[in-house]
Amino acid sequence: MTSTTTPPQSATAAVALSGVTKVYGRGTNAVLALDGVSLDVRPGEFVCLVGASGCGKSTLLNLVAGLDRAQGGTITVADDAHPGLMFQEPALFPWLTVEANVEVPLKLRGLPRAERRERVAELLRTVHLSDFGRKRPHELSGGMRQRVALARTLALDTPVLLMDEPFGALDAMTRDILHDELERIWAERQLTVLFVTHNVREAARLADRIILLSSRPGRIIWSTEVNVPRPRRIDSPEVAAIASEVTDRLRTEVGRHGK
Amino acid sequence: MANDTLTGAARTDAEISGLDALEIAGREKEVSRGARLWASTWPKLAALAIAIGLWQVVVWSGWKPPYSLPGPVTVAEELARQAGGRQLWDGLATTLQRAALGYVFSVAVGLLVGLAVARSKVLRAAIGSMITALQTMPSIAWFPLAILLFELSEKAIFFVVVLGAAPSIANGVISGVDYVPPLLVRAGRNLGARGLNLYRYVIAPAALPAIVAGLKQGWAFSWRSLMAGELLVVGISQTSLGAQLTYSRELSDAPWLLSTMIVILVVGLVVDAAFGAADRAIRRRWGVLDQAGQ
Repeated sequence: MTSTTTPPQSATAAVALSGVTKVYGRGTNAVLALDGVSLDVRPGEFVCLVGASGCGKSTLLNLVAGLDRAQGGTITVADDAHPGLMFQEPALFPWLTVEANVEVPLKLRGLPRAERRERVAELLRTVHLSDFGRKRPHELSGGMRQRVALARTLALDTPVLLMDEPFGALDAMTRDILHDELERIWAERQLTVLFVTHNVREAARLADRIILLSSRPGRIIWSTEVNVPRPRRIDSPEVAAIASEVTDRLRTEVGRHGK
Repeated sequence: MANDTLTGAARTDAEISGLDALEIAGREKEVSRGARLWASTWPKLAALAIAIGLWQVVVWSGWKPPYSLPGPVTVAEELARQAGGRQLWDGLATTLQRAALGYVFSVAVGLLVGLAVARSKVLRAAIGSMITALQTMPSIAWFPLAILLFELSEKAIFFVVVLGAAPSIANGVISGVDYVPPLLVRAGRNLGARGLNLYRYVIAPAALPAIVAGLKQGWAFSWRSLMAGELLVVGISQTSLGAQLTYSRELSDAPWLLSTMIVILVVGLVVDAAFGAADRAIRRRWGVLDQAGQ
């Protein structure tokens, strides 16, 4: 098994993890979710974390988002930025309209009303939902809800976006379109994205760099730069070639647990 | 590839709006207000007609003499006569005033206790199950103690009304907070809601349906406790609805007794309808009522 880790460049990294360890439970029931994970994400880089179940992908994002604490190691986000986190479910507030959902982070930051309204309109334009501001989440399709969630996360004005299988519950066509959308928004806003998925094609479609995590304990076992020019298509041969390489590695890793 | 790059952005825009249009189409089902009102009203009217019919049949059967069980027509006449006099309205005013006072106080106590228990593990361990125990305690069982403590007074009634209603309201708050989806809390925290803001922006609105259910149940308990109290604690100067029930029984005035009962029932129904409307409004906002939506 080859292990290619990029040399540490913490000074310029947007997100820097160093020896991050996370244990769930205590005593004999303790599960080592992450074991000494070190990773530097360059500013503006799109990194996909791929791994089978139980590799601690989501744990990693929670740690970077500050929703959970690691037992060991350090996590640094450049300029102490507060990263935005998106989940597989949109996690919209069902009692609020689309507009009001997007407005929540702006309100929490204490922006004046006029500015909030302007920002909400701009964000809804960004995700092509200008006509749906007055709707409630339940009136929208899954893909539209996820776009509202993206707009709401972008309202944090954060340079770092953490995405936890955000398109996992969507149908293939919607997912393809949202890949295009995310790629556009990532480029326009020069975001740094840490994207968790178990869909290797998705990773090959989106990532500058794919990182493979092992399961129990979660360790970085392999990574590769994806040097396919953008915009990409998920069904292009270049993307497929990368995907099949990642799939092979992933299967080897999964097979290790089968004995 | 070259083709795609040229038309990429414009093509995606068209695709997105097309997909949205397809997804949204046919979701909204418009039903006129009148039709909705009728659909919810006619079963109630039919049930009422059947109940009155059965009542009349029992009266006709001669099961009880008419002076202890009068028919619907006699009672309706008595009710109309009462509605023309002052006694009924004074009694209603007295009772409703007590109900409002007791209920508002119960809401305050219930919300505070519920929130405190939901937040603190120690409090939950200490009094969490006691609240449920209090809830199951029949309110009438409190009266002997209440009368010992406060004698035959307004205070005794107030005491029992609050003990009847507050635990239900507190339990509504507790279960509401307990069942807030953790994902929404995580999302709220990520969006920058901490401490009090987390309660204001996420937990309180997410718990609202359960809180309203608790308020509704609390009302039912307080109304029952109040009626029990007014029946037992008579002799205070004011002739409340409960006192009128007692007097009418003592005077063997069955039409008066039954018409007073009908008034009590109607008050209960009206308040219940108000809570029902609030509950439906919340569920509609949340999209739980919309069958086509999910």
